[in-house]
Amino acid sequence: MSVKDNTENGPPQTVPIQSETFSNPINAEIRRAAATGIYDIRGGGAKRRVPHFDDLLFLGASVSRYPLEGYRERCDTKVTLGTRFAKKPIELDIPITIAGMSFGALSGRAKEALGRGASAAGTSTTTGDGGMTPEERGHSSKLVYQYLPSRYGMNPDDLRKADAIEIVVGQGAKPGGGGMLLGQKISDRVAEMRNLPKGIDQRSACRHPDWTGPDDLEIKILELREITAWEKPIYVKVGGTRPYYDTALAVKAGADVVVLDGMQGGTAATQDVFIEHVGLPTLACIRPAVQALQDLGVHREVQLIVSGGIRTGADVAKAMALGADAVAVGTAALIALGDNDPRWESEYQKLGTTTGAYDDWHEGMDPAGITTQDPELQLRLDPVDAGRRLRNYLNVMTLEAQTIARACGHNDLHNLEPEDLCALTMEAAAMARVPLAGTEWWPGKSGSGF
Amino acid sequence: MQTYDLEAEGLRGLNASLHAQSEQTSQTNWEVVNPKGSHAIAVGLDAPIEVSVQGSTGYYCAGMNKQATVHVKGSVGPGVAENMMSGLVKVDGDASQYAGATGHGGLLVIKGNASSRCGISMKGIDIVVHGNIGHMSAFMAQSGNLVVCGDAGDALGDSIYEARLFVRGSVKSLGADCVEKEMRPEHIELLRDLLARAESDAKPEEFKRYGSARQLYNFNIDNAY
Repeated sequence: MSVKDNTENGPPQTVPIQSETFSNPINAEIRRAAATGIYDIRGGGAKRRVPHFDDLLFLGASVSRYPLEGYRERCDTKVTLGTRFAKKPIELDIPITIAGMSFGALSGRAKEALGRGASAAGTSTTTGDGGMTPEERGHSSKLVYQYLPSRYGMNPDDLRKADAIEIVVGQGAKPGGGGMLLGQKISDRVAEMRNLPKGIDQRSACRHPDWTGPDDLEIKILELREITAWEKPIYVKVGGTRPYYDTALAVKAGADVVVLDGMQGGTAATQDVFIEHVGLPTLACIRPAVQALQDLGVHREVQLIVSGGIRTGADVAKAMALGADAVAVGTAALIALGDNDPRWESEYQKLGTTTGAYDDWHEGMDPAGITTQDPELQLRLDPVDAGRRLRNYLNVMTLEAQTIARACGHNDLHNLEPEDLCALTMEAAAMARVPLAGTEWWPGKSGSGF
Repeated sequence: MQTYDLEAEGLRGLNASLHAQSEQTSQTNWEVVNPKGSHAIAVGLDAPIEVSVQGSTGYYCAGMNKQATVHVKGSVGPGVAENMMSGLVKVDGDASQYAGATGHGGLLVIKGNASSRCGISMKGIDIVVHGNIGHMSAFMAQSGNLVVCGDAGDALGDSIYEARLFVRGSVKSLGADCVEKEMRPEHIELLRDLLARAESDAKPEEFKRYGSARQLYNFNIDNAY
C-alpha cells in the first residue's frame, strides 16, 4: 500500500509529506534568519554527514600476512616531528597531539587541563589565538606556539619558550576565513593579552599582515628560524581545500611539518554556512597531501599531521594508514574534558539545546565551564580531574590503534599502509584511494577504465 | 665598533652574534656591511646595542626587536620592524609594505616614504614616516601612534581600534569606521614628543588626528558587506 493511500478513516487521502529539500531544520533556519536578519554563528565543525573514516575498514591479517600478539608484542607509537631542519625536533610518545585552541575561546583552567592531559600521555598541546599563558606553558611538557594572522599576544620571548612554532594559514572549519571572539568572552585578562578594550568583539584577520603567498612564506619561515636560532620545528597548518598544492607549497617554503585540518575540525566561532559549506572532508585531504610529499621525495622527512573529526583509535590508525605521521584532536579532547556532558542536560535545555548538540561556544555560557571566561562557570572544571580524563582518553586511543596495527601485522603504527584498508562506499574508496570492499578497484584507479 | 660583513660571513652568524649580546655587553656598537637586500637582518635582538646597516635590506629587517637600536642607511623591504616590542628602528630611505606590522612597542622612524599597509594591526608601536604612506595603512590598528608627515593613501585606518593616526598632508580616503577626530592639547604634546624623537621639524599643529568611530566594535549585520 502506498503511503498516500490512507484508507483507515474513510476515503483514500494524501498523507502529509515532509520535503527532503525544505526539511523542518531548514525551515526553522529560514524562519530564524527572517526574524533576526543575522546569520547563525556557532562553534564546532561540520555536522553534516560526509565520507569519513567510518567508511573504511581494516582487512586484518590472513594467510598472506600474520598478526602480532595483541597485548604482548611490541608495537611502537613514538613519533619525532621536525626532523627536516630544526635542531631540536619534538619527540612524542604517541602520535596523537592536541590541536590549537585559544585562551579566550577556552578558559585558563581548560587550557591547563589540556596541558596536564597531553603531558601525562607524552604528547604536545598547542596554543591558539591570544597567545601563550603561563599556566599553559607550565603544564605542557611540549607546547606548540601558534603564529596566527592576528598576532594577538605574539612576542619573541614566548616564541623562544615554545617547543615548536605552527604558522596557521587556515583551519578546516573555515578555510579562507578569519575569526571572531565575541565581547562576552573578553575578560580583563583576555583583553590585556590581545591589546584591545574589554567587552568588544575581537576580529581575527583571515590572512597574515606581513606576507602573502608561498614565496613570502619562505622568507617568513627564515625570519622565525633566525629569531629562534633554527632550534624549533616549524609547522604550517592549512585548512583542507587544495591539499596537494598547499602541502607542496608548504614544503617548498621550508616547513618541517604540515598540519592538514579537514572540515570536521572545530572552531570557537564562525558562521554555520562557512562550517558546513566550505572545505574538504578530512578523508579527502590525506591522500593528495601524501602524494605531494611523495612526489617531492619528502614523505616522512616532512611530517604530516591530520586533524578534523578524529575520535577513536580506529580513526588514528586509518589516518596513519593513509600516510599521516600523527593526528591532532580538538573537539574530542574537549569532550574528554567534559564538554557536552549529559550531567549538564538541564542547563543545556535552558539554553535551548541538548547534550551533544551544544555549540554556542562563542557565547561564553558553557555549562561545563570549558568554553567560557565566566569566573563561576570556569570553576566547574577541575583541571586535574579533567587532565586525567584526557590522559585516559589519549591512552585508550593509542591502545586501540595498536590493537589494529598488530592485527594487521605491524610492529609500529607508522607501518600501517593503504593496503591494510578497504572502503565501504564508492565515495570513500575514491577519496582514500583504497579498494571498495571485496574488490581490487576504486574510482580513479589508473587502468580501471572508470 | 664591531664590523660584520654579511656577504662574507652569512646571516646565521650575524644574528647569532647579535643574539649573544646581553644587557651587560661591552660590544654595544655593530656595523653590518654588504647587506645587499638580504632578508631577516638583525631579527629578534634583545639587548641595548646599536646596529648600523650600511645599505638596503630585504624582508623583516629588525623583526621582533627588543631594546636595540637598528639604523638602516638605505631602504628596507617588506615588514621592517614587524612585531617590534621596544627599542628604535630608523630607516634613512623608503620602506616597502607592512612597515611596523603588529608592533607592540618601540619607535619606528622612516625618513622616506612607506608603502601600503604601514602599521597594519599595530599593537602599541609608534611609527613616524617623514614622507607619504600607501593604501590600507593602519588596517585593524589596535593601539599606538602612526604619524605621517606627508600624505596617506586610500582606506586609511580601515577597521581601526584604538590606535591614533596623525597626518599632516592629504588623506585619499578613510577606511571603514575611521573618522577625523578633535586634536586636543594632549595630542599636540604627544605629537611634539614623537616628532622630536623622530628628528622631524614638522609642527604638531599642522596635523589632523584620525581614529575609530567605534561603530564596528560589536557585531552588527548592517555593517557587513
